[in-house]
Order: sequence, then structure tokens, then C-alpha cells
Amino acid sequence: MTESSVHDQPMTQGEVAPDGTGGGREPQRRRSATLYLLLKGMNGRILVGSFMLFFVLVIAVFAPLIATQDPLAIDAVDRLLAPGADHWFGTDELGRDVFSRVIYGSRISVMVGMSVVVTTTVLGTVIGLAAGFYRKLDGVFMRIMDAFQSFPSILLAIAIMAALGASARNVIIALTITNLPKTARVVRGRVLGIREETYIESARAVGLGDIRIMRRYVLPNTLAPLIVQATFILALAIIAEAGLSFIGAGTPPPAPSWGNILAAGRGYMRQAQWITLFPGVFIMISVLSLNILGDGLRDVLDPRLKDRR
Amino acid sequence: MTTYLLRRILTIIPVAVIVSFAAFMLVQLAPGDPSAFFIGEDTPPEEVERIRAELGVDRTVIVQYTAWAQRAVTGDLGESFFQRRPVTEAFADAFPVTALLTLMSLVIALILAVPIGIFSALKPGSIGDRISTVFVFIGVSMPNFWLGMLLVILVAIPFAYFPAQGFNDATIFTGMQSLFLPAVANGYAQAAIIARMTRSGMLEVLRSDFVQTARAKGLRSRVVLMKHIFSNAFNPILTVIGVAVASLISGSVVIEVVFNLPGIGDLTVNSIARRDYPMIQGVLLLSAAAIIVVNLVVDILYGVLDPRIRYD
Repeated sequence: MTESSVHDQPMTQGEVAPDGTGGGREPQRRRSATLYLLLKGMNGRILVGSFMLFFVLVIAVFAPLIATQDPLAIDAVDRLLAPGADHWFGTDELGRDVFSRVIYGSRISVMVGMSVVVTTTVLGTVIGLAAGFYRKLDGVFMRIMDAFQSFPSILLAIAIMAALGASARNVIIALTITNLPKTARVVRGRVLGIREETYIESARAVGLGDIRIMRRYVLPNTLAPLIVQATFILALAIIAEAGLSFIGAGTPPPAPSWGNILAAGRGYMRQAQWITLFPGVFIMISVLSLNILGDGLRDVLDPRLKDRR
Repeated sequence: MTTYLLRRILTIIPVAVIVSFAAFMLVQLAPGDPSAFFIGEDTPPEEVERIRAELGVDRTVIVQYTAWAQRAVTGDLGESFFQRRPVTEAFADAFPVTALLTLMSLVIALILAVPIGIFSALKPGSIGDRISTVFVFIGVSMPNFWLGMLLVILVAIPFAYFPAQGFNDATIFTGMQSLFLPAVANGYAQAAIIARMTRSGMLEVLRSDFVQTARAKGLRSRVVLMKHIFSNAFNPILTVIGVAVASLISGSVVIEVVFNLPGIGDLTVNSIARRDYPMIQGVLLLSAAAIIVVNLVVDILYGVLDPRIRYD
């Protein structure tokens, strides 16, 4: 963390203070600037994090090929078997193969997590842009965000689930609502800084409209913190989805999710610890990969935040 | 200072209004209305009308909200459908467990995090700093409820000193004993975050001009550390505590399910299973109120400790 290179500092300042009123190629250039930064500042954490994340994604995508058995197949004879050659992670209270359930469970986590990232990023960007750009909206939007952050996030998510009913789609809605304020704040903060820049002033002077200024000059400059934020939101969403499913307010059984496998394990912590152990390890690996990746990305894309964690 | 205080307190009002509206409306999103639970298939129509009028669900949502909010201000959050007693009473029974759990989690988190954060900031890049980085990454990546289950398997079951389940309210000591493992599970992730923030707060202070000056004029490093560094590194830690309390209350909810603790998490999960609407609304409102108050206190302390804040 501390050894991270000093030399990427001037690069990013170059990115935040671009050359001004310029033509239609601006967004492209800005995007490739982000990409350039990424390649130039590539660090160990980004590599390790991406590799681990790739591993998780492969498991989710190829679950049917990796799983050794049907994750839903009940076997009354082989209940609560310890890990062995036939059942690598043992079996649960219904004789279902824990390995196959954990492998298939990754699908819910990845699917819900990714969807939450997309929805929070899109909505958070819109709200953050509007709040940062228009003073009048700022007060109202930020008070609403304050209010939503005043609820204990998991309680709010449980209540939303209760109101909407248990389904994967509703988990996505609930977690979008609880995570939205974070992204909106990040974007707003960045926009507040950008709107004072001279290149915004000059863009206005040549008569560009608000929408164009936002699209061409403001939005590309929020990209770097948004990417960093997205990795952390994905991590939070995976933990939150598991938590909701664990307490029975998430994706409904019998379809396996890491959270509901853990919920089943809770009843057998004395006899069958493997039901508890393995799904947790998988949650940890996924979340760890994202935290490592996000941390590495932040140093490269957002050096001003370096050491400010 | 008075202006700062007043202004800070005034910001609560819009937030409180939105919080209460959200808490109320959320439950309205559910299909059907609460009267369904008191009405059977053979309930005569006039009886249905009476029940609906009694519950107030025959009126428009805005009228219902205004009535609910007016009563809420006086401390009346209605009666639980299932427990047949005031929501505030049920909350008051459950809240101490969650509050004590949150407090213990916070204490554990601080005891772990602050020394680690300070230590790793003093020698950035050292082995100690790297170890604490690993501690941080694992902490933020482990779901607290899973850590709770691991603690049950690895500590509670083999050693039988800390209970694996339930809350023993015989004395404050047995209470704390039952909450120790849940508090460790809940506190660890926050410890990781607080350690990280302490480290960055410390690093910032270490780099500041007044520390350089103090060193340059030849003060002993111990004096610089105690007088110049710690006193200034405390403020960022205080800010983190405000954020941490909200996360810890949130974390307590799931931890309570793991350890079968009768706190507000347990209360919410049960109320939702029984669709006890007044209870859900009340719990949401009161837990948000708790968080708002904690943040207010933190901000006031912040203003007291850091005179610069008052002149913004």
C-alpha cells in the first residue's frame, strides 16, 4: 500500500485537468486515459484481485460442468456425510451434495452482485450528476440519501424484501436502494470539484448546454472513482445477499445460494461443520478478490485517495 | 459553537421527515393491507368495514401517514398485531440487547484497531504494517455472521465457556458473557475499517507541518507523539466511530440470528415473518433514530474537540 509508485500522480492530475474547450474526441481520449492509467500503474493487487475474481466468475459460468452432482438431488440415506471421495464438501441435512450446491450458489451471488453494481452505478451517476451540477437539487437529493443511510442497511433491505416478496429480482432492488447513496455521494463529490474547473467555464463560454457539458466533460472525469466504487459495491452486495439469504429474506430455497446453505449449516454446527465452512470460504474468496482489486485500482485511478483510507 | 450546534440539530428535521415517510411507505408497498390478517373468508362485509376503519386502512395513504407521524411524535407507534402490546414496549425490551452488543462490538473493534492503525502508520511498509494490511483485508472480506458461526464451532462448542446460543440475562456479567462471541464477530470487520482509517489519519498528521516543526525544534519524539500526533489523530477516529455504529447496528441484526439473541434483529425477522406492519415501521423508525442521534453526538463532539469546525 505504501510502496505504491509516486510517479502516477502527475498522470492523473493531467487527467483531471484536461485541455479545455476541445472537440468531439474528448470522451474517447478521456476513456483511453483511464485505460492508459490502468495499464501503466498495473500493480500486484490488480493482478491478484483480477485473477481471483476470474476464478469465481469461471465457477459461476461453468457451474453445470464443475458440479459433480445435481445440487437439488435429495438422498435420504447419505444425510450429513463428512467430506470424502464421493462428496468433496460432504452432504447436508437432506443428503444434498454441498460441493455442487456451493458451486451453483456462486451463480446467485455473482448474478445479484453484478446486477446491483449496474443499477447502483447507473442510478447513482444520474443522481450524483444532478445533485452536483444543480445546486437546487443538491439539498433535496442529499437529504434523501442521508435519510436512507440512517437506516441500518440490513434492516432496510429486510423490510424492502418483506414488502416486495422474496425473489432474486427483489434482492437486487433492495440492495440497490441500500447501496445507491454511496455511489451517488462519490459522483456528487467528484462533480462538485469538476464544476469549478476552468475548462467547464470555457465550455460554457463557447455556449455548450448543460447536458453536453455533463456528457463530454463531467461524466468522463467521474469514471475512475466510479470503477473503484463499483468493485467495492460488488463486494458489499455479495456479503449482503448472503446475509439476506441467511436470515431467510433473500433468494428462496431450494435453489442454492451461499447464504441459504449457511442457514442450513447453522442447525448442524455440532455435527456437520462442513456445511458452514465451505460456502463461507467461497464468500470470503470472492469478496477478498474484489477488495484487493478495488484497493489496487484505487491507487492507480484515484491517487488522491491514496493513504486516505 | 451555539450556531454550529443549532445548525447541526436543524439538519435532522428534513432527514427525520424523510426517514419516517420511508419507514411508513415501505410497508404500504406490500400487496394487500394489514386488515387481511383480521378478516377470514366468512367475515361479514360490515365487520370487514369496521376492522378496516379501526385500522385506518380505509383512508388515503397520506392521511394514514400524517396520523401515524403525529402519534409517533408523541411516542405512540401503535400496537403490534401479534404481540398485542405497544410497539415501543416491544422495542424497549429488545433494544438493550442490540445496544449492548453494538457497544461491546465497538469496544472490541477499537481495542483491536486503534493500536494496529497507529503502529502501522508509524512504520509504513514494515512487516508489522504488512501484517496489519492482511488483517484489514481479511476483516473486510469475511461476512460477520460466518465469522460468528466459526466462533461457535471453534470456541463455543469445544470450550463451553461462552454460550453458543441465547442471551443469559441473569446478571450483567452473564449478559456480557453471552454477547462476547457475537461482539467479536461483529466487531472484527469494523476493526479492520477503523484500523485503516486510523492509519491514514495518523499518516496525514505525521506529514503535517506542525509535526515537522516540532521535530525540527528538537522535541523528544515521545513528546511529539503524545502531544502533537495523538491529539490530532483522534478526530478522524471519532468520525469513523459514527459510521461504525451504524454498520455495527446493521451487523448486529444478522449476528443476532446466528446466536439466537432477543434483540431488534430477531424482533424484525419475526415481525416480518408474521407481517406485523406496525412493528416493522416502528423498528425501522426507531433504529434510524438511534443512528441519527449517534451521528449527531459524534458531530457535536467533533465540534467541541476541533474548534476549526465551528467556523465553517
